[in-house]
Amino acid sequence: MINFQYARATDLADALRQIAAEPGAKFIAGGTNLIDLMKEDVERPPRLIDISRLPLREVEQTRHGGLLIGALVPNSDLAYHPLIERHYPLLASAILAGASAQLRNMASTGGNLLQRTRCYYFYDTATPCNKRTPGSGCAARYGVNRIHAILGTSDACIATHPSDMCVALAALDAQVHVAGPSGGRTLTFADLHRLPGTTPERDTNLAADEIITAVELPERGFAANYSYLKIRDRLSYAFALVSVAAALELEHGTIKEARLALGGVAHKPWRNVSAEAAMRGEPANRATFARAADAILRDAKGFAHNAFKIELARRAILRALSQAAAGTPQSQSVKKIR
Amino acid sequence: MTYIGTSISRVDGPAKVTGAAKYAGDTAASDLAYGAVVTSTIAKGRIATIDTGAALRIAGVLDVLTHENRPRMARRTAAYKDFVAPEQGSPFRPLYDDKILFSGQPIALVLAEEWEIARFAATLVRVEYEAEPFATDLQVERERAAAIEQPLKSRGDADKAYGDAAVRHEAEYFIPIEHHNPIELYVSTVLWDGDGKLTVHDKTQGVQNVRDYLCGVFSIKPDKLRVMSPFMGGGFGSGLRPQYEAPLAVLGAQALERSVRLVLTRQQMFALCYRPATIERLALGAQSGGTLESVSHEAIAVTSQYEDFFRNDSGWSGLLYKSANAKYGHRLAHVDLPTPSDMRAPGAATGVYGLECAMDELAVALKLDPIELRLRCYSDRDQHDDVPYTSKKLRECYRQGAAAFGWDRRNPEQRSMRDGSELVGWGMASGVWDAWQVDTAARIVLTANGHAEVASACSDIGTGTHTIMAQVAADLLGLPLEAVTVRLGDSTLPKAPVEGGSWLAASVSHAIAKTADEIRKELWQLAKAMPNSPLAASHLEDIALVDGRIIDKKGNGGGVPITDAMRHGRRDRLECETTNSFAEDKKHARNTHSAIFAEVKVDEELGVIRVTRVVNAVAAGRILNTKTARSQIMGAVVGGIGMALHEETLIDHTLGRMMNSNIAEYHVPVNADIHDIEVIFVDEPDEIINPLGIKGLGEIGIVGVAAAIANAIYHATGKRVRDLPITLDKLLP
Repeated sequence: MINFQYARATDLADALRQIAAEPGAKFIAGGTNLIDLMKEDVERPPRLIDISRLPLREVEQTRHGGLLIGALVPNSDLAYHPLIERHYPLLASAILAGASAQLRNMASTGGNLLQRTRCYYFYDTATPCNKRTPGSGCAARYGVNRIHAILGTSDACIATHPSDMCVALAALDAQVHVAGPSGGRTLTFADLHRLPGTTPERDTNLAADEIITAVELPERGFAANYSYLKIRDRLSYAFALVSVAAALELEHGTIKEARLALGGVAHKPWRNVSAEAAMRGEPANRATFARAADAILRDAKGFAHNAFKIELARRAILRALSQAAAGTPQSQSVKKIR
Repeated sequence: MTYIGTSISRVDGPAKVTGAAKYAGDTAASDLAYGAVVTSTIAKGRIATIDTGAALRIAGVLDVLTHENRPRMARRTAAYKDFVAPEQGSPFRPLYDDKILFSGQPIALVLAEEWEIARFAATLVRVEYEAEPFATDLQVERERAAAIEQPLKSRGDADKAYGDAAVRHEAEYFIPIEHHNPIELYVSTVLWDGDGKLTVHDKTQGVQNVRDYLCGVFSIKPDKLRVMSPFMGGGFGSGLRPQYEAPLAVLGAQALERSVRLVLTRQQMFALCYRPATIERLALGAQSGGTLESVSHEAIAVTSQYEDFFRNDSGWSGLLYKSANAKYGHRLAHVDLPTPSDMRAPGAATGVYGLECAMDELAVALKLDPIELRLRCYSDRDQHDDVPYTSKKLRECYRQGAAAFGWDRRNPEQRSMRDGSELVGWGMASGVWDAWQVDTAARIVLTANGHAEVASACSDIGTGTHTIMAQVAADLLGLPLEAVTVRLGDSTLPKAPVEGGSWLAASVSHAIAKTADEIRKELWQLAKAMPNSPLAASHLEDIALVDGRIIDKKGNGGGVPITDAMRHGRRDRLECETTNSFAEDKKHARNTHSAIFAEVKVDEELGVIRVTRVVNAVAAGRILNTKTARSQIMGAVVGGIGMALHEETLIDHTLGRMMNSNIAEYHVPVNADIHDIEVIFVDEPDEIINPLGIKGLGEIGIVGVAAAIANAIYHATGKRVRDLPITLDKLLP
C-alpha cells in the first residue's frame, strides 16, 4: 500500500476543488473496494479525499414520481428503505444478493457503481493486465477465466463488472447525477459504464474530476412482477457467475413492458433493448422468455473455462422471467431457488 | 470419572471470546520492528539483480534482507529437516540463495519501524529475473510421474482377479490443490531478549519442532531459544512444519538486534503449503453376489521439485474392504510449486474419496444398496498384516447412521426423488483413519492448596486440547476441573510431538494419566504416614483419588483429604514428570471408522447444489469430551462439504502461479451452504489400544464426506462427476 495523504472534503465544492488539484487523487466513501485494491498495490492514489461526511445521504421523492438516492446512502440502508422495498423491490433484492451484511453497511450507493472488476489478474500485480497496466496484455484471455465475460469482450480485456445493485439499476432505467468543475450533468445508466474496447483501464464515462452525487429512479418500479436471480459458486458471499434482473408489467397475461439485465457476463451490466422489445405484447410464457434469452445472448462468446455461462445465463433468464411473471421473486434470505 | 466422557465447555473459551488469549501476533514488546515479505513473481529461474535502494530510502525502513546480505544460515540440508520433513529431498530455505523454486517464494524481507512502512517499502524492491521453463500442471506432468516405493505390500494377483471378475468398475477421480486457509494468518513475533536469547511466538502446531529447526538453521543452543504458541487460530496441518515466517523473523531480529514481528498476508500463505492435486485411479472387480475379488488403487500426485511429499492414499482401499487380491501404487509428478503438506486426513481424504465413489459405482453396477455392498465386503481383520482390530464398530456406524438418516426410505433409482423443482439425492460413504499414539511427556505440579498444574509442550490448534487435558488431570487427581490449570504450547515444557495425525488426545491423556499415577503413589505414602491414618493398612492398588481425597476403595470411611496429607508431610508441592509408554503391539490394527450419509438437493435446470443434511456416525473409541468432539466432527464435515463443492486452488499454468489466493475467490462453505449436520458417536469400548481406550478424532470427520456428497449428487441427477469440486457447471449438459 502506497504512503498516501488523507484529507476530508468540507462540502461538494471543496471535494471537486481537491480532486482537480491533485492528479491521481481518489474519493473515498465506504472504502470497501478501494482499500482492498490499495492493499494489493493495484490502486496507488497519492491522496484520498474523504467524502463520507458530505450531505448526500437522503432518499427523496422526485417531482416525476421517482426517487433520488444520495450517493452516500449505504447499501444496507437503501435495501431496507421503505420506499425502495415498496416500489423498487428488484433493487432491494439485488442489493441483498451482494456482498455481506458488514460490507453492505459500509458500502455507498456511488461507490457500488464504481467498484472495480474482481478479475484475478487485475488484482495480482505480478501478472499482465491491460486494465491495471495498459499495454501489458490480458492474461485472463488464455488463463484462468471461468468467472470472466461472455458478452462485449475485447482482445484487451474480458473482465466483468461485479456489482449486483447495478444490474437492477440498469434494468430500472436509473439515471446518474454527476457534478464536475463545470457544473452538473446526468447520464443514463447505460452510458455510465463502458465496454473494454481498447481502453479497458476506463471502467466508466466519468471524468477524473467528476463525482456522482445521486442516482435517480424513474416512477416505474415493477413492484408486482420482478425477480433478481443470482447464480454463484456458493449460496452466499460470492460474485455472480450469472445474475439476472427481470421485471415485467403484465396485462391479462400479456407483457406490456419488460426489462432484462444480466450481471457477471460483461464489463458492464448487460442490457439489450431489442430482447425486451421482443417480449412486449407477447404472452408471458417460456416461449417468449426463450426468445428474449436468445436475443440477449445472441453474440455471447465463451473462453476456455466460461463457455458454460452462455447456457447457464439462458436457463437463469428463463427462470428469473418465470419467477417475475408468477409474482414469486427469488428470495435473498432463503437461498433455495424457487 | 466425573469429567471424561462428558460435555464440558472449553476451559479457554472465556479467554478466547474476551480477547484475553494472546496469539502469536498479539505478543507485546517494546522496541518492536515490523517485517514485510517480498515474493517472487516467476515460477522458476534465478534472481539476476535485486535492487533495494528505493525501499531503503523510505523513512522508517531499517533494513532490507535478501540472499545477498542476510545473516548466516546453515549450509547442511540436515539442519533444515524438521520432524515432519519428507525423507527424500532438501527443504526450502528462505532467502538462502538466488534460486527461484516457485512463484510466491519469499525473496526479500523489509524491516521497518512500522508495519505500514514495511509494507509500502516492500512494493519498491525491484527484481530482475533470469526465468526458466517450468511445469505446474498435474494433467500434463502425470506421464512423467515417477513411482515411489510403497510400504504396503500388494497381495494375490489383482490384475488377474480383475480380469476374471464378473462385474468390474474402473475410473479416475481427481482432487485439485486445496489450501488449509486457517483464519489466523501465519505470524512470528521474535523477542530479542539480549545475550543472544530469543523467544519466538510463532503460529505453529509444534513448538519443539520449530525450536529444533531454528536452532539447527541458526546454530543456536536450545537453551537460548524458546518457542511459544499457546493458542492457534486454526491449522488443519498447515502448521506441522516450521513455516518461513519463523526463520525470516529470526533473521530480522539478528540483523537488527531487536524484536521483530512478521505477519504473512493471506496471499503469501498460499505459497506455504497445500493439499496436493491428486488423481486416484481405482479398479474394482467383484463377483455378482457383491464380494470383492480385486482392488487396485494408484494415486498420482504433485510434489515440489525439491522434496518428495506423499501420504498413504491407496492403502485404505485394501484395508477397508475384504479382498483376496489387492494392489497399490503411488506416483509423484514433480512440479514448480512449493512442497505440499499434510491437510486434514492427508492421503485418506483424497484416497478414500476415490475408493468410496468407486464403491458407489460398483454398487450401481451390481444393483446393490451401497450399504449392503459394504457389509458384504466387511472385514474384521486388517488385511495388510492379517491381524484383528483393537476395536472396529464400523458395522454399528452403518446401522446407527442409516437409522438416524432414514436410509430405508431411499428409492435406489437415480432421479427418482424430488422436492418441488429440486432433485433429491441420498448418498453414503465409509471413512477410516489411523489411531496412532506417540511418546509424549507431561508434568503435574500439585500444590498443598489442592490446585494442580498440568503441562506439556503440545499444541491446542483449536480442537480443545486445553480442555481434555484439564478433564483427564481432574479425574485422575480427583480434583474439581476449576482446580486444574493447563500449560501447553511452550517449548520449555515436557516433550510433546507436533499436533497432528489425530494422535495427540490419546498420547497426552496417557502422559497425564501416568504422571497422575505417580502423584497418587506419593500421596498414598504421605497419607499412610499420617498419625492414626485410616489408610495405614491399605494397598496401593486399592487407592484412588476422588473428590479431593485419597481413599481406599476396599476400606471404610472417607480416606484422607489430599491437602491434609500434603500439609502433614510438610510438602508444599508434589511435582512429577513422566513420558507415556505404549506397549508395542503388532498383533492388532488400530483404526477409527465412520459412516457418512448425505442428502443433496439439486436444481435440475440450473445445477445449483445444496447439501441439506449430513449424518456422520463415528466409531473412535472413548470420546473424551462429547461437546468438543462433536464440534470437531461438525467442522470436519463442513470441510468435507467444501472439498465436495467449493475448494479449488486455480493455477495459471502459463504463469505458474496460483490465481485465487484469497478467501474471496478461494471458496469455502459459508453459513448459507451449511444445513443440518448430525454427529453420532458409536459406543466403541476398547480395552486393548490403551488404558483409557482413546483413539483420537482430528481426521476421521472429513474422510468420506466428499464421496458421500458426490454419491448423493449422482443419485439425485444420474450424473457422475468424478472431478472435485462439483461446481454447478459440471451438472449442466
